[in-house]
Amino acid sequence: MARKIIKSKYFVEEDFVEVLAEVPAGGSSPLPTNQEMKVIGRPVTRLDGYDKVSGTARYTFDINLPHLAHARTLRSPYAHARITAIDAREAAKMPGVLGIIHYQNVDQIPWYGSSFLFDPHLRYVGDEVACVAAETEAAASAALKRIKVEYEELPFVVDAAAAMKQNAPAIHEGGNIQGGKPAVYARGDFDAGLAEADVVVEETFTTQVEVHNPTEVHCSVVNWEGDRLTVWDSTQAIFSVRDTVAQSLGLPASQVRVIKRYMGGGFGSKLTTGKYTVMAALLAQRIGRPVRITLDREEMNLAVGNRPDSVQKLTVAAKKDGTLSAMSHWSYGAVGAYPSGAACSWPLRTIYQCPNVKTEEYSVFINAGPGRPFRAPGHVQGTFALESILDDVAEKLAMDPLEFRRKNHATIDQVMNLPYTSKKLLEAYDAGAKAIGWDRRRKVPGADKGRYQRGLGFASQIWWGAGTPPAGCILKLNRDGSVRLIAGTQDIGTGTYTVMAQVAAEILEIPIERIQVNLGDTAVGPYCPLSGGSLTTPSVTPAVADAALQMKEKLLSAAAAILEVPQGELVYQRGEVRHTGDTSKKKTIVEILREMREQTLLTYGARNANPEGYAINSFGAQFAEVEVDTLTGHVKVIKVVAAHDIGRAVNRLTLENQFHGGILQGIGFALMEERVIDPQTGKVLTVNLHDYKMPTIMDMPEIEVIIVSEADTKISNVGAKGVGEPAMIPTPGAIANAIYNAIGVRLHSLPMTPDKILMALAQKG
Amino acid sequence: MEGTFRINGRHELLEFSERATLLQVLRDNGHQEVKEGCAEGQCGSCLVLLDGRLVNSCQVFAAAAVNREITTVQGLGTIHAPHAIQEALVEVGAVQCGFCTPGMVMAAYYLLRHHPDPSEKEIRRALDGNLCRCTGYTKIIEGIRLAARRMRQA
Repeated sequence: MARKIIKSKYFVEEDFVEVLAEVPAGGSSPLPTNQEMKVIGRPVTRLDGYDKVSGTARYTFDINLPHLAHARTLRSPYAHARITAIDAREAAKMPGVLGIIHYQNVDQIPWYGSSFLFDPHLRYVGDEVACVAAETEAAASAALKRIKVEYEELPFVVDAAAAMKQNAPAIHEGGNIQGGKPAVYARGDFDAGLAEADVVVEETFTTQVEVHNPTEVHCSVVNWEGDRLTVWDSTQAIFSVRDTVAQSLGLPASQVRVIKRYMGGGFGSKLTTGKYTVMAALLAQRIGRPVRITLDREEMNLAVGNRPDSVQKLTVAAKKDGTLSAMSHWSYGAVGAYPSGAACSWPLRTIYQCPNVKTEEYSVFINAGPGRPFRAPGHVQGTFALESILDDVAEKLAMDPLEFRRKNHATIDQVMNLPYTSKKLLEAYDAGAKAIGWDRRRKVPGADKGRYQRGLGFASQIWWGAGTPPAGCILKLNRDGSVRLIAGTQDIGTGTYTVMAQVAAEILEIPIERIQVNLGDTAVGPYCPLSGGSLTTPSVTPAVADAALQMKEKLLSAAAAILEVPQGELVYQRGEVRHTGDTSKKKTIVEILREMREQTLLTYGARNANPEGYAINSFGAQFAEVEVDTLTGHVKVIKVVAAHDIGRAVNRLTLENQFHGGILQGIGFALMEERVIDPQTGKVLTVNLHDYKMPTIMDMPEIEVIIVSEADTKISNVGAKGVGEPAMIPTPGAIANAIYNAIGVRLHSLPMTPDKILMALAQKG
Repeated sequence: MEGTFRINGRHELLEFSERATLLQVLRDNGHQEVKEGCAEGQCGSCLVLLDGRLVNSCQVFAAAAVNREITTVQGLGTIHAPHAIQEALVEVGAVQCGFCTPGMVMAAYYLLRHHPDPSEKEIRRALDGNLCRCTGYTKIIEGIRLAARRMRQA
C-alpha cells in the first residue's frame, strides 16, 4: 500500500503539537454506517471483562519479580525550604535497607525545566528529598524516618493572588508568573462591541483545585538486564515514559522498554513521567535488584498532579435581539510549584459566535504540588464560568437560555477561521431538551416555595479529540486462523482492547473472540499517541481498519494462488474466500493458513492524515435537573441528559462507561471535591479519601446518553471523535445553572457545597 | 509469626510480621486479586469476607485472622467459573478500569446473601463504602439487580 510522510498538527490537552507521520497516500475511504455494521457500533462486552471481575487482571501495582526490592520516598514537610544538610548514614544501617539516594549522591538530572530530580531547593509539601530501597515497604518506610535532614525554611505562598503580588516569595527566578507574562488572545474590537451592546454583564467566578485520585496509585516496577531497562508503569503514555526515563539515565531510548497491561485509572495524572520511576531505576542500578515503587494515598494527593484552580472575570455583552457583541475573559490560576497550565478561555473563544473577543490569562506558581492535565484541562472550569454568565445574560434579555445559545450558534472555528468537519450541536440541543423535558423548566428562578426546590439547567461543550497520526497497528494471522493485533497504544481502562478488536472483527468478518490484542509495550507495538486528550479511539481505530482491509486483500491473493484462479474472480465473506462462479472453490482463513507458514500473513495499518482546511471538534450539551434542600443546603442531582456529537460511536457500552464516569467526576467538581491547603503552614489538609470528598454511589443520578452523530467521514475511515473529556466538560455548568433555576440565586464559586448554598440563600433573604 | 489461614477453602500456612495487615499477607502470598486502593479503610477495594463478615482487609491485622475463614473474589468465582454477580457485571458493562471491581463484587455478594431482593436504595447503601473513580456506578447497580434476579431464579 502506498504511503507518504506528512506533517500533521493536532491539539492535545493544552497545546497544538506538530508531528511527522507516515500515512496512507490515498487518504481513507469511510466505512459503512453503523446500521450496516455487525460489530462496530454494537454494545460489545469487554474482552477483558472476566479478567477484571475475577481478579485475574494484573495491574502494574501487582507486578512481582524474584528478589524484588521496595522503594519509598521522603518528601518535604515544608512548603518552601532549602536543604542545608542531609545525613543518611543511620538510615542506611537499618535492617533490610539496601540503598538510599538523594541530591548529594545522584547526578543532577534535569526535571521540570529548571529544577532537578533531587533539588535541594524544595518548593512544596511533598517535593522529593530522598528515596530508599529496602527488602520490604515497611523497612523502607522505617528508614525514611531516620534520614536526618536539616532544612532552612523559606517564606512561602500558597494562594495565586498573593503569589502575583510584587513582594511575594519568589518560587523561581523570574517571578511567580509562568513565562513572565499572561497568555493573550484578541479578535475584532472589544470596546466597539461593548459600545453597541444593550446588555452588559460582568461577573467573577472561582474554581477549586481538583485532584485526580485514580483508584490504582502511581507505581512502577523496574528491572535491569545489563544496560537494558524494563519498566512496568501505570501510565497513559508508554512512549513518553520511555523517552523521559532514557534521557534521564543517559540511555538510548531503544534500551528502555516500557510495559503497561492493565491500569486503574489516570484521568491525566498519568500522562507525565513520574520522578518515582527514575528514582526506582537509579536504586535498582545501585543495588542490582529489581525495584518496585508505589505512592501511598497521601502522596497521591500531594505530588502527582491536579487541576489548577481559577479566578475568572468575564464580561459578556449582547444586543437586544440576543446576538453576542463582545466577550472578555481575564483569569489567573495556580499551577503549583512547577510549570503546568491554568488557562481556561478556549470555550469562550470558540463555542459561540462572537466577533469581538479578548482574553488574558495568568498561570501562577505557588508553593503547592504541580498541576497536570486533568480530564479536559481548562475546559471544565472555563465552561462553568461561561455557561453561568450566559444564563444571566439570557435572563436580562428575557430569552430562554437555550434559545440564546441557538441564536449565537457558531458555524466556523473563529480562532482558526476554519469550517468544522461536522458540528451537530443544534441537534444535541433538540434531543437533550426533549429528553429532560425543558418545557418543565421554571420560568421564574426560585419559583418553588417549600423546603425542596427543583430546577433545570444546561451547558454546552466543545473539545478537540480528532485523533492524529502517527498511529500504527500490526495484524498477524495465526495458524489457527485467529488474529493477533499489536499496537503501541495503551488501554487505560476505557476499553481500547475491545474497540480495536471490534474494528478488526467487523472488517475480517470473524468472531471477536478470535482476536487477541497486545497493547502497552514499547518493544513490540508500533508507535501510537499517548492516551489523553480523548485521542485514543479516533487515532488507533482507523489504523486497525487500514490493517484489516489490507489483510483481506492478502487472503484473496493467497486463496487465488492456492485455488489457481484469478484473484478478480474471488470474493471475501465471513472469513472465507469464495469463487464467484464455481461454488466448490472456496477456502476459509484456517484452510489458507494451514497451507502457509505461521504468521507470514502480516499487515501494518496506519492512521490517515487529518483533512486540511478543517477544524475537528466534538460538541455536546448536558441538561441537569437538581433538587436543593434549602434547610441543609444539600444539592441532589436528579437526572443528567448528555446529548453529544462524537462522530461514530464504536461501542455503546464502553461509550456509556465514559459518559457516566465523566458526568460523575463533573458532579464531584461541581459539588464536593476540593484540595484544601492550610495557609498558615502550607500543608495540604485533604490527603486521604475521607477528607478529599469524591462522589460515591449515593451521589449518582439517573443518566441518559444520547448520541446525535454518525461517523464523521471527513476525519477517517472510522470517523470517531474522542469521548473521554467531552463527557465531563459541561456537567458543572449545567448543574450550576440548574441550581440557579431552583433557588433563584447565582453561585459563583465551585464546589457548590451546602455552606455556600445556605450563605447564598441567606443573602437572597 | 506464622499461622494457618483458610483462604477460599484451602488451608495456607503463612509467615507474616506481627504488624502486617491481612491485606498485605494476602497480597504477599499470591492473592493479588485483593486490590489495594488506599490502605486506610476508605475505598473498599480490598474487601474480603472474614468468617462471612465483610471487612476491609487493610483494617484487620493478619494475626487476628489466623485460623479463620477468608473469602476473596476468587473464592466466589474464577475466570473459568464466574459467579452470577461477576457474569452480570460483565454483561451490563459495569467494569471499566476494573481496579475497584473485586471489592464491588464482594460487597454485592454480601448484600445479596442477606437481601436476595434488594431495592435500588439498599444496593446504594450497601456499596457506599466502595469508591469507583471511572465507571459512574449506574451500571454496577444494574448488574447487581440482574444478578439478584438470576440468583433468586436459580
